[in-house]
Amino acid sequence: MTDSQTATVPAPSPASDREPLLRVSGLTRHFPITKGLFGRQTGAVRAVDGIDFEVRAGETLGVVGESGCGKSTMGRLVTRLDEPTAGKIEFDGKDITHLGVAGMRPLRRDIQMIFQDPYSSLNPRHTIGTIVGAPFKLQKVATEHGVKRAVQDLLELCGLSPEHYNRYPHEFSGGQRQRIGIARALALKPKMIVADEPVSALDVSIQAQVVNLLDDLQSELGLTYLIIAHDLSVVRHVSDRVAVMYLGKVVEIADRDALYASPMHPYTNALMSAVPTPDPRRKQQRERILLTGDVPSPINPPSGCRFRTRCWKAQDICASQEPPLAAAKAGHQVACHFPENAV
Amino acid sequence: MLVYFIRRLVNVVAMLLVVAAVTFAIFFMVPKLTGTDPALYYVGKIADKAAVEGARHKMGLDKPIIEQFYLFLKGLFVGRDYSTGVSVSHCAAPCFGYSFKTEQAVWPLLLNRLGVTASLAAGASVLWLVFGTATGVVSALKRRTLLDRITMTTALAGVSLPIYFTGMLASAIFVYQLGWFPHDYVELGTDPVAWAQNLMLPWITLAFLYAATYARLTRATLLDVLGEDYIRTARAKGLSERTVIGKHAMRSTLTPILTVFGMDLGGLIGGAVLTESTFNFRGLGYEAVYAINSSDLPVIMGVTLFAGFFIILANLVVDVLYAVVDPRVRLT
Amino acid sequence: MSKNSIIVPGQRGEGPEGFLTVRDLRVHFPTDDGLVKSVDGLNFTLEKGKTLGIVGESGSGKSVTSLSIMGLHRTGTKRGAPKISGEVWLDGEELVSADPERVRQLRGQKMAMIFQDPLTAMHPYYSVGAQIVEGYRAHHPGTSKKAARTRAIEMLDRVGIPQPDKRVDSYPHEFSGGMRQRAMIAMALVNDPSLLIADEPTTALDVTVQAQILDLIRDLQKEFGSAVIIITHDLGVVAELADDILVMYGGKCIERGPAASLFESPEHPYTWGLLGSMPRLDRPLQDRLIPVKGTPPSLINVPSGCAFHPRCPYAGLTGGRSDTDVPTLAEASPGHHAACHLPIADRHRIFTDEIAPRL
Repeated sequence: MTDSQTATVPAPSPASDREPLLRVSGLTRHFPITKGLFGRQTGAVRAVDGIDFEVRAGETLGVVGESGCGKSTMGRLVTRLDEPTAGKIEFDGKDITHLGVAGMRPLRRDIQMIFQDPYSSLNPRHTIGTIVGAPFKLQKVATEHGVKRAVQDLLELCGLSPEHYNRYPHEFSGGQRQRIGIARALALKPKMIVADEPVSALDVSIQAQVVNLLDDLQSELGLTYLIIAHDLSVVRHVSDRVAVMYLGKVVEIADRDALYASPMHPYTNALMSAVPTPDPRRKQQRERILLTGDVPSPINPPSGCRFRTRCWKAQDICASQEPPLAAAKAGHQVACHFPENAV
Repeated sequence: MLVYFIRRLVNVVAMLLVVAAVTFAIFFMVPKLTGTDPALYYVGKIADKAAVEGARHKMGLDKPIIEQFYLFLKGLFVGRDYSTGVSVSHCAAPCFGYSFKTEQAVWPLLLNRLGVTASLAAGASVLWLVFGTATGVVSALKRRTLLDRITMTTALAGVSLPIYFTGMLASAIFVYQLGWFPHDYVELGTDPVAWAQNLMLPWITLAFLYAATYARLTRATLLDVLGEDYIRTARAKGLSERTVIGKHAMRSTLTPILTVFGMDLGGLIGGAVLTESTFNFRGLGYEAVYAINSSDLPVIMGVTLFAGFFIILANLVVDVLYAVVDPRVRLT
Repeated sequence: MSKNSIIVPGQRGEGPEGFLTVRDLRVHFPTDDGLVKSVDGLNFTLEKGKTLGIVGESGSGKSVTSLSIMGLHRTGTKRGAPKISGEVWLDGEELVSADPERVRQLRGQKMAMIFQDPLTAMHPYYSVGAQIVEGYRAHHPGTSKKAARTRAIEMLDRVGIPQPDKRVDSYPHEFSGGMRQRAMIAMALVNDPSLLIADEPTTALDVTVQAQILDLIRDLQKEFGSAVIIITHDLGVVAELADDILVMYGGKCIERGPAASLFESPEHPYTWGLLGSMPRLDRPLQDRLIPVKGTPPSLINVPSGCAFHPRCPYAGLTGGRSDTDVPTLAEASPGHHAACHLPIADRHRIFTDEIAPRL
């Protein structure tokens, strides 16, 4: 295990002046619902319903939202594990929206994915060497000192011992497995990593190890991250910019500090106030926004602003007109008719 | 729920058509393609050309295959006539074909044999369902005890021993040595006591085979279910162990058993070939073997279609029951 | 609250004063690989109207503890049954040695439990109402189905389920996650239990729903005055609810004390590690998290001495004692105990100088 405490690295230069590596516009994914004798399509689960954002080279975009907001579907779309219904995905200046398996193959080297569950995402019958070395074989990449050496270097980079090469996944703890998953993702020196809930299945003390590892790898290898998570504090820690999703839409996207210091969308406010803080003295002082009810169904989302049914600021206009995601301040976009902290 | 049912029903009809087409293809087209004329089976190889033509015409083999299939399907619903030009034999709906060997329609023959097979299946299924699941439950609850090991070993034997072995062994001991069970088929309507008595041995033999499978399935399923969170919840509510197992665990355990049971029963009515042969009962399975031996194509086809029908029907019943048992299935 | 609510008074075998008292609880599971000491000598007391938070990572023994209080482990000589020793006193009755039938009667009536994942914790084939009715009638045998149903509707209404008279006939899969957990709470509270154990009650829920459920538990406790044990890995959740906190590591309690004191001046290096590992919204952003190195211990081969010593950055300061001697809980400040070999003065110095500034 590396001692990740010593590896403090100066913060990278602001990413705002860099080129976008990933640009998503109008991205939509509807899952059809069929009914009746002849399988008529009667509706659709609007999992992702027209979202736009960019991820600049070298930065981390965090995506937060509750279950059913479409954040995981979005992750599968941008890595092209799923086919978008509409919209456009550009990666490194290239339109990859409808690339087929063959067309995506060279890009698979550049975009890698890390999954939530370190238990089911590693094949139990393969050794760590085979798992981490698989990308080399699949992409037929030549390595300078052979695949084994390359894999061992990767293991070491991710804080595992090179001697783990011949072991099987079940011999490892959850945190170590997540490191193996990260090593596999890094094998082909990708430009971008999409991580879907990379730490939520891990114990608290292990989460920090993995978060720090992701940090170190980014500064060492200049990686770009798209990190999808439900945990606002983890997202705050890892991200440069943060997008908040609700019912298939991005409702707010801003620089990390701006978003956490002065969230503008009521939903973002509610989310933040709901996070329990490990400080019993604060629970009396703090005024908490308690949302009522549940997230509405993505099959039949509310008209206008989708958050209006649970929003304490909702007016008539919210039901009739959908607020566009627009810049309210520099680097701070929000989709709300009555944003908070507006001035 | 109604839409679900209708959809399943449409499915069943479609599946039956496919089964009919496939059986038809196998029995009438394949011989033609390989150059052997089905008509030859009936008239014998040394028959003169006119006789062969006559047989062919009577069986409708001179018509195009699509038309033959159409006539066959039509026969199922409205009946049809078989005519050689000299004599006309009527085959009433549902006409499953006409056996030229025995000079009778297939359908009454099947109905006649169905009684035997259904009696066999009904009695045996009750036995195996009761004893199989009961054994499985006891075994699961007494897991890893001596009792569990003994029952599971016996069950393994039951699964592995072929029916003609256990059947013959049982016959040898109980019928011929001890003289306990006569086993000639007596109709239920004639003498219910003799009916049950005479069927007892085949029932037990058949049930032993199936009960073994059920015991193992019940044991495995129940052990899985007992590990479920909702069982822990039921215990946490302070329910008695009897309610926890008898109500909460058993309801989930019975679902997969129901599925297998439906399939098995359907299959069995289609013909318990080995059991019937072993005990010399003239049921559907026996008839099928007889027909195969005498190359009586319409009967073979009739039995196949009949068996297919029962399996599909059993499937439908299982699906509907499933929807009754599991509220999550009722969605569509 | 008595000033030291988690000190265990009284002698072994003698009924204690507290409402719930756990004394030297040990739960050991024999397995093919060896004896798994899931809980190894646990003590605490809890009064009515108070909430105890038990915090620990996976394998710390926190859930096993709750199941032993409820008597939900296999018993006797059955294979897989743990060896349970020690005492659990609930309102003057000892449960570990009690007749299982008596414990069953108490279960669901005097003590109730809610579980982590309400979807798997409810029977998929029975309606929500039927499952609540069943729990009620198990302890009120004379009640008619109709009266029990009325009670179920009343409970669903109390936990905030809209249109309870209609939803009572819904099946668990027709509820959202939050609604299911509410229904689960209704089911647990239907018999007015005086002890409620909530095992990771909000882990499977979204953060806004989590806030609703935590509020609900707090309100209900106020209303019913019951004792609550909340078991979680999330320090934020216990900070919201608990009066006292008990931190478990490797089957033992390594620190316990009043919530305010524990969060303000945690005594044990493992607790520091937990606090340093979690990013927090209420503090300025830290450059790096302070993780605990290594992984939680195997409960078959628990490290010698202090179970935490292989992961402890300060083990070297104990002069080797942490490798050999098992530390015992000692009072560090009023009501606040920790099991650590580091001298109290050193601990306070390390915390103030090194840990606190980085949290």
